[in-house]
Amino acid sequence: MEITTQEFKHCEMIKVKGRVDSATAPQLAQTLEKANEDGKYKLVMDMSELEYMSSAGFRALLAAQRNAKKYNRGEVVLVGVPDRIREALELAGFTELFKTFDDPLQAVGHF
Amino acid sequence: MQTVQFPAKFEFLDEIREFVGNIARENGFNDKAVYNIQLAADEAASNAIEHAYNGITDGMLEISCGMDANNLTILLVDHGKSFALSDVPAPDIHADLGDRKIGGLGIFLMRKLMDEVEYHSTARAGNTLKMTKRKA
Repeated sequence: MEITTQEFKHCEMIKVKGRVDSATAPQLAQTLEKANEDGKYKLVMDMSELEYMSSAGFRALLAAQRNAKKYNRGEVVLVGVPDRIREALELAGFTELFKTFDDPLQAVGHF
Repeated sequence: MQTVQFPAKFEFLDEIREFVGNIARENGFNDKAVYNIQLAADEAASNAIEHAYNGITDGMLEISCGMDANNLTILLVDHGKSFALSDVPAPDIHADLGDRKIGGLGIFLMRKLMDEVEYHSTARAGNTLKMTKRKA
Protein backbone atom coordinates (compact mmCIF):
# COMPACT_ATOMS: atom_id res chain seq x y z
CA MET A 1 0.00 0.00 0.00
CA GLU A 2 1.20 3.49 -0.86
CA ILE A 3 -0.37 6.74 0.23
CA THR A 4 0.17 10.16 -1.27
CA THR A 5 -1.55 13.38 -0.27
CA GLN A 6 -2.17 16.48 -2.29
CA GLU A 7 -3.43 19.80 -1.01
CA PHE A 8 -6.16 21.72 -2.73
CA LYS A 9 -7.59 25.08 -1.74
CA HIS A 10 -10.72 23.64 -0.18
CA CYS A 11 -9.79 20.02 0.49
CA GLU A 12 -7.07 17.44 0.71
CA MET A 13 -6.81 14.50 -1.66
CA ILE A 14 -5.50 11.27 -0.23
CA LYS A 15 -4.56 8.71 -2.85
CA VAL A 16 -4.19 5.14 -1.71
CA LYS A 17 -2.64 2.58 -4.05
CA GLY A 18 -2.23 -1.16 -3.75
CA ARG A 19 -3.89 -3.26 -1.09
CA VAL A 20 -5.53 -2.29 2.18
CA ASP A 21 -6.00 -5.16 4.64
CA SER A 22 -5.59 -5.66 8.40
CA ALA A 23 -1.82 -5.31 7.98
CA THR A 24 -1.89 -1.99 6.11
CA ALA A 25 -5.18 -0.39 7.27
CA PRO A 26 -3.58 1.10 10.43
CA GLN A 27 -1.30 3.20 8.21
CA LEU A 28 -4.31 4.47 6.25
CA ALA A 29 -6.15 5.21 9.50
CA GLN A 30 -3.10 7.13 10.74
CA THR A 31 -2.95 9.23 7.58
CA LEU A 32 -6.61 10.12 7.94
CA GLU A 33 -6.18 10.93 11.64
CA LYS A 34 -3.18 13.09 10.87
CA ALA A 35 -5.22 15.08 8.35
CA ASN A 36 -7.85 15.66 11.03
CA GLU A 37 -5.20 16.70 13.56
CA ASP A 38 -4.01 19.28 11.04
CA GLY A 39 -7.55 20.62 10.91
CA LYS A 40 -8.41 19.05 7.57
CA TYR A 41 -11.83 17.50 7.48
CA LYS A 42 -12.69 17.86 3.81
CA LEU A 43 -11.06 14.81 2.32
CA VAL A 44 -11.13 13.19 -1.09
CA MET A 45 -10.07 9.55 -1.07
CA ASP A 46 -8.70 8.67 -4.50
CA MET A 47 -9.15 4.92 -4.82
CA SER A 48 -8.57 4.66 -8.57
CA GLU A 49 -5.33 2.69 -8.15
CA LEU A 50 -6.50 0.63 -5.21
CA GLU A 51 -6.45 -3.09 -5.94
CA TYR A 52 -8.00 -4.46 -2.80
CA MET A 53 -9.68 -3.38 0.42
CA SER A 54 -10.96 -5.58 3.24
CA SER A 55 -13.30 -4.57 6.07
CA ALA A 56 -10.22 -3.33 7.96
CA GLY A 57 -10.05 -0.55 5.36
CA PHE A 58 -13.80 0.03 5.58
CA ARG A 59 -13.34 0.52 9.32
CA ALA A 60 -10.70 3.22 8.72
CA LEU A 61 -13.02 4.99 6.25
CA LEU A 62 -15.94 4.84 8.68
CA ALA A 63 -13.89 6.33 11.52
CA ALA A 64 -12.67 9.11 9.22
CA GLN A 65 -16.18 9.89 7.98
CA ARG A 66 -17.51 10.05 11.55
CA ASN A 67 -14.77 12.40 12.60
CA ALA A 68 -15.04 14.56 9.50
CA LYS A 69 -18.81 15.01 9.70
CA LYS A 70 -18.77 15.94 13.38
CA TYR A 71 -20.01 19.54 13.84
CA ASN A 72 -20.58 19.65 10.07
CA ARG A 73 -16.95 20.54 9.62
CA GLY A 74 -16.34 18.34 6.62
CA GLU A 75 -16.81 15.10 4.81
CA VAL A 76 -14.92 12.22 3.25
CA VAL A 77 -15.81 11.54 -0.38
CA LEU A 78 -14.57 8.68 -2.54
CA VAL A 79 -13.38 8.89 -6.10
CA GLY A 80 -12.57 6.25 -8.73
CA VAL A 81 -13.71 3.29 -6.66
CA PRO A 82 -12.86 0.11 -8.64
CA ASP A 83 -15.77 -2.26 -9.33
CA ARG A 84 -14.75 -5.08 -6.98
CA ILE A 85 -14.19 -2.69 -4.08
CA ARG A 86 -17.43 -0.85 -4.78
CA GLU A 87 -19.33 -4.14 -4.75
CA ALA A 88 -17.86 -5.06 -1.36
CA LEU A 89 -18.63 -1.58 0.02
CA GLU A 90 -22.19 -2.00 -1.25
CA LEU A 91 -22.56 -5.38 0.46
CA ALA A 92 -21.44 -3.78 3.70
CA GLY A 93 -23.93 -0.94 3.24
CA PHE A 94 -21.11 1.60 3.06
CA THR A 95 -21.98 3.23 -0.25
CA GLU A 96 -24.82 5.13 1.40
CA LEU A 97 -22.37 6.67 3.88
CA PHE A 98 -20.08 8.20 1.25
CA LYS A 99 -20.60 10.37 -1.80
CA THR A 100 -18.71 8.85 -4.69
CA PHE A 101 -17.34 10.45 -7.84
CA ASP A 102 -15.86 9.05 -11.03
CA ASP A 103 -13.56 11.99 -11.70
CA PRO A 104 -11.05 13.49 -9.20
CA LEU A 105 -11.71 17.08 -10.33
CA GLN A 106 -15.42 16.59 -9.81
CA ALA A 107 -14.70 15.31 -6.29
CA VAL A 108 -12.42 18.26 -5.50
CA GLY A 109 -15.05 20.61 -6.93
CA HIS A 110 -17.60 19.21 -4.49
CA PHE A 111 -15.94 21.22 -1.68
CA MET B 1 -7.05 -30.15 -1.24
CA GLN B 2 -3.84 -28.22 -0.83
CA THR B 3 -2.85 -27.22 2.68
CA VAL B 4 -0.49 -24.52 3.89
CA GLN B 5 0.38 -23.14 7.30
CA PHE B 6 1.01 -19.52 8.11
CA PRO B 7 1.97 -17.70 11.30
CA ALA B 8 -1.18 -16.02 12.61
CA LYS B 9 -0.01 -12.52 11.72
CA PHE B 10 -1.59 -9.87 9.51
CA GLU B 11 1.61 -9.69 7.42
CA PHE B 12 0.71 -13.08 5.93
CA LEU B 13 -2.73 -12.05 4.65
CA ASP B 14 -1.22 -11.26 1.24
CA GLU B 15 0.05 -14.85 0.95
CA ILE B 16 -3.23 -16.28 2.20
CA ARG B 17 -5.17 -14.36 -0.46
CA GLU B 18 -2.68 -15.46 -3.10
CA PHE B 19 -2.99 -19.11 -2.06
CA VAL B 20 -6.79 -19.27 -2.33
CA GLY B 21 -6.85 -16.90 -5.33
CA ASN B 22 -4.51 -19.11 -7.37
CA ILE B 23 -6.56 -22.23 -6.68
CA ALA B 24 -9.82 -20.44 -7.53
CA ARG B 25 -8.34 -19.06 -10.75
CA GLU B 26 -6.89 -22.44 -11.80
CA ASN B 27 -10.35 -23.91 -11.35
CA GLY B 28 -12.02 -21.45 -13.66
CA PHE B 29 -13.57 -18.89 -11.32
CA ASN B 30 -13.85 -15.47 -12.94
CA ASP B 31 -12.08 -12.34 -11.67
CA LYS B 32 -15.04 -11.18 -9.61
CA ALA B 33 -15.44 -14.57 -7.91
CA VAL B 34 -11.69 -14.81 -7.30
CA TYR B 35 -11.71 -11.38 -5.63
CA ASN B 36 -14.67 -12.35 -3.45
CA ILE B 37 -13.09 -15.67 -2.44
CA GLN B 38 -9.89 -13.83 -1.52
CA LEU B 39 -11.85 -11.26 0.48
CA ALA B 40 -13.75 -13.98 2.37
CA ALA B 41 -10.51 -15.84 3.18
CA ASP B 42 -8.89 -12.58 4.33
CA GLU B 43 -11.84 -11.72 6.59
CA ALA B 44 -11.79 -15.25 8.07
CA ALA B 45 -8.03 -15.20 8.69
CA SER B 46 -8.14 -11.63 10.03
CA ASN B 47 -10.85 -12.63 12.50
CA ALA B 48 -8.85 -15.65 13.66
CA ILE B 49 -5.71 -13.54 14.13
CA GLU B 50 -7.55 -10.70 15.87
CA HIS B 51 -9.98 -12.67 18.03
CA ALA B 52 -9.05 -16.37 18.33
CA TYR B 53 -5.37 -15.52 18.82
CA ASN B 54 -5.96 -12.27 20.69
CA GLY B 55 -2.88 -11.84 22.91
CA ILE B 56 -1.17 -14.91 21.48
CA THR B 57 1.87 -14.13 19.34
CA ASP B 58 2.98 -17.57 18.15
CA GLY B 59 -0.32 -18.98 16.84
CA MET B 60 -0.55 -20.75 13.51
CA LEU B 61 -3.25 -20.82 10.86
CA GLU B 62 -3.74 -23.85 8.66
CA ILE B 63 -5.52 -23.20 5.40
CA SER B 64 -6.73 -25.84 3.00
CA CYS B 65 -8.32 -25.08 -0.31
CA GLY B 66 -9.53 -27.26 -3.15
CA MET B 67 -12.23 -28.08 -5.63
CA ASP B 68 -14.81 -30.82 -5.19
CA ALA B 69 -17.19 -31.25 -8.11
CA ASN B 70 -18.44 -27.72 -8.69
CA ASN B 71 -17.55 -26.32 -5.27
CA LEU B 72 -14.47 -24.60 -4.01
CA THR B 73 -13.92 -25.29 -0.32
CA ILE B 74 -11.73 -23.35 2.08
CA LEU B 75 -10.94 -24.75 5.53
CA LEU B 76 -9.32 -22.47 8.04
CA VAL B 77 -8.10 -24.07 11.25
CA ASP B 78 -6.85 -22.21 14.31
CA HIS B 79 -6.07 -23.35 17.84
CA GLY B 80 -7.04 -20.17 19.63
CA LYS B 81 -10.19 -19.10 21.44
CA SER B 82 -13.41 -20.41 19.98
CA PHE B 83 -16.64 -18.52 19.45
CA ALA B 84 -20.20 -19.30 18.40
CA LEU B 85 -20.87 -18.13 14.88
CA SER B 86 -24.54 -17.69 15.75
CA ASP B 87 -23.64 -15.34 18.64
CA VAL B 88 -22.17 -12.77 16.29
CA PRO B 89 -25.02 -10.39 15.46
CA ALA B 90 -25.33 -9.22 11.88
CA PRO B 91 -24.41 -5.55 11.64
CA ASP B 92 -27.17 -3.10 10.77
CA ILE B 93 -25.93 -2.10 7.34
CA HIS B 94 -28.50 0.68 7.06
CA ALA B 95 -27.83 2.35 10.40
CA ASP B 96 -26.91 6.03 10.47
CA LEU B 97 -23.24 6.92 10.41
CA GLY B 98 -23.08 7.46 14.17
CA ASP B 99 -24.72 4.12 14.96
CA ARG B 100 -22.68 1.98 12.60
CA LYS B 101 -20.93 -0.86 14.32
CA ILE B 102 -17.97 -2.37 12.57
CA GLY B 103 -17.90 -5.56 14.65
CA GLY B 104 -19.31 -8.58 12.86
CA LEU B 105 -18.74 -7.06 9.45
CA GLY B 106 -16.13 -9.67 8.55
CA ILE B 107 -18.49 -12.58 9.19
CA PHE B 108 -21.31 -10.74 7.47
CA LEU B 109 -19.16 -10.31 4.36
CA MET B 110 -18.03 -13.96 4.45
CA ARG B 111 -21.66 -15.06 4.48
CA LYS B 112 -22.57 -12.72 1.64
CA LEU B 113 -19.56 -13.57 -0.51
CA MET B 114 -19.61 -17.36 -0.07
CA ASP B 115 -22.45 -19.85 -0.49
CA GLU B 116 -21.91 -21.66 2.80
CA VAL B 117 -20.10 -20.77 6.01
CA GLU B 118 -19.82 -23.29 8.87
CA TYR B 119 -17.82 -23.23 12.07
CA HIS B 120 -16.91 -26.11 14.35
CA SER B 121 -14.86 -26.09 17.49
CA THR B 122 -13.39 -29.06 19.34
CA ALA B 123 -10.77 -29.13 22.08
CA ARG B 124 -8.57 -31.54 20.12
CA ALA B 125 -8.86 -30.35 16.53
CA GLY B 126 -9.21 -26.65 17.27
CA ASN B 127 -11.58 -24.29 15.48
CA THR B 128 -12.47 -25.01 11.88
CA LEU B 129 -14.18 -22.55 9.62
CA LYS B 130 -15.45 -24.06 6.41
CA MET B 131 -16.55 -21.94 3.48
CA THR B 132 -17.73 -23.10 0.09
CA LYS B 133 -18.35 -21.27 -3.15
CA ARG B 134 -20.19 -22.78 -6.10
CA LYS B 135 -18.84 -22.11 -9.53
CA ALA B 136 -21.47 -20.21 -11.47
